[in-house]
Amino acid sequence: MNEKKEHMQEVILEARGINKEFHDPVTVQVLRDITFTVNKGEFVSVIGKSGCGKSTLLYILSTMDTDYTGELLIDRELMTGRPDKELARIRNEKIGFVFQFHYLLNEFTVLRNVMLPGLKLGKFSEQEVEHRAIERLKMLGIEKLASKPAYHISGGEKQRVAIARALINDPHIIMGDEPTGNLDKRNSDIVFNIFKELTEEHNQTLLIVTHDPEFAENSNRIIEMEDGRIIRH
Amino acid sequence: MDTRLILSIAKSMLLARWRQTLVAAVGVTFSIAMFVTLLSFMNGLNDMLDSLILNRTPHVRLYNEIKPSDNQPVNVAAQYEDSYNFISSVKAGVTRQEIYNSGPILQAVKADERVLGAAPKLLAQVFFNEGTIDITGVINGIDVEEESRLFNFQDYVTSGNAIDAKNVANSIILGKGLADILVADIGDVVQVTTAQGERFSLKVVGYFQSGIQEIDKVQSYASIATTQKLLGKPANYMTDIQIKLHDLEQAPAMAREYAQLFRVDAEDIQTANAQFDTGSSIRSLISYAVGVTLLVVAGFGIFNILNMMIYEKMDSIAILKATGFSGRDVNLIFLVIAMSIGFFGGMVGLLFGFIFSVIIDNIPFNTAALPTIETYPINYSPVFYFIGGSFSLITTYFAGYFPARKASKVDPVEIIRGK
Repeated sequence: MNEKKEHMQEVILEARGINKEFHDPVTVQVLRDITFTVNKGEFVSVIGKSGCGKSTLLYILSTMDTDYTGELLIDRELMTGRPDKELARIRNEKIGFVFQFHYLLNEFTVLRNVMLPGLKLGKFSEQEVEHRAIERLKMLGIEKLASKPAYHISGGEKQRVAIARALINDPHIIMGDEPTGNLDKRNSDIVFNIFKELTEEHNQTLLIVTHDPEFAENSNRIIEMEDGRIIRH
Repeated sequence: MDTRLILSIAKSMLLARWRQTLVAAVGVTFSIAMFVTLLSFMNGLNDMLDSLILNRTPHVRLYNEIKPSDNQPVNVAAQYEDSYNFISSVKAGVTRQEIYNSGPILQAVKADERVLGAAPKLLAQVFFNEGTIDITGVINGIDVEEESRLFNFQDYVTSGNAIDAKNVANSIILGKGLADILVADIGDVVQVTTAQGERFSLKVVGYFQSGIQEIDKVQSYASIATTQKLLGKPANYMTDIQIKLHDLEQAPAMAREYAQLFRVDAEDIQTANAQFDTGSSIRSLISYAVGVTLLVVAGFGIFNILNMMIYEKMDSIAILKATGFSGRDVNLIFLVIAMSIGFFGGMVGLLFGFIFSVIIDNIPFNTAALPTIETYPINYSPVFYFIGGSFSLITTYFAGYFPARKASKVDPVEIIRGK
């Protein structure tokens, strides 16, 4: 228990006074002074009504959106103001992504989809990356899909493949934008249980945007947003 | 590692939509094949037309022009040095058409290592007598063997044997047009009157066809010895020395050199046939213009297909960027896609261009004007293949450049949230 406490204090992600405005067609402030931290091993849900800015915040935290003011730190390093190439590398190495609409590359097999970020990282040889990819597919119970083309599998399976892909480089944090939003109850439960297992058994940090209250209730921590502000965390 | 990964992603994207890829590649293939075929054919024709004249034209011709002396006696005389002299009715003096010292000059020229060979020539103006009608003509007295070696004389003798002009005494090879006028068959004897009024009988041993009708109506050939006899001149009498060089480009300089050295008139091929050079270069220019246009059109085809591909692949681009591929990686992937279409399309195009050229080269092409030509001419110069190959890469690079840049600027957030 003591050891776990220590882990909990290791800060993985920190937002300091993040503000963002949309200028088209009129200037609207979508995020106001967002400040919070996520510690290692936490399973955090971000909830709020549509248009409250939770997805916008997620994309800023993921380093894909760089048009904001304030500071973002991942693994205690400042991300704000870094060039595109460095941010791409950080996304590759430290962040895993799961989207609402699966977003697998249809040109590749399931296995290849999982391997791509690993090959891009270039830390392991191709055989090792393949081995790691199969390990992760096994962990999620979908190793039999490995050689299928990505467009031949069901929605729930796609989402599990996307999670395997997010895990390939042992990221510091996995971010999800409504990963169960497009799935039926059974598949939602499967995906949720995978997240739960990842955080409990592998001490994986998760930051998931969702509008599913049941999903949020069952996570460790809820950040609730309203009109671009955090009202509970 | 990165390069291999980018290549493998590009390959998968290409093969995933192989029909579309094929259409783009076929566009390149078609244009490159046409480019190569067109240029090979056009240049083959150029070479043929040039050779029609140029092969038979000496690179340098030495002769003695009959013209008035530049230094009239009155201008040379000391007592009229300071005066302004008017001379009217200037006539050419006692200059002869003959080249003085022709034997030693011929030897000296043949010894020059820049020279491939030299052949003497003797022009005789004659009348061919056809009943009561006299037809003007020219008999070229030639050294048949040298003429054949240097100027392909035997190629233009369409009936009979060129060497018979030398081996048969008092023989003549008539231009085809002239033979038709004279109704002279091979083996017949034609009557010839020289400008001096001497009459001779010459046996027809062959027909000559240059491909230029006007020439064939006037020209005929005989051995130099026969022609000398006709004119009543000694064996060293010749009016022209025709020189063929190893390097055509040296002709103007060597013409000047020989003119000074041997004190004769010398004319180089460039001066004599300037119009043929102009014609050839304009024909080449036109074929290059058409070829490049074909390639540019193919380039636009690739540009369109890549642009479409990028719209279709927006999701893939977004996901690649989200999982850690930088804008530069995406740019490279699409450039590789464009360049591989160019490379493979171009290679197949070169192959087809060669096949088309071979086919054209085997199509029979018989025309009375061109006795030596049996099939359409093709120039198989590797230069066209090189230009075609490089051009296919260059156009596809530019066709891919803008779509690839656009792909690299795709904002993944917009795509992912846009759903």
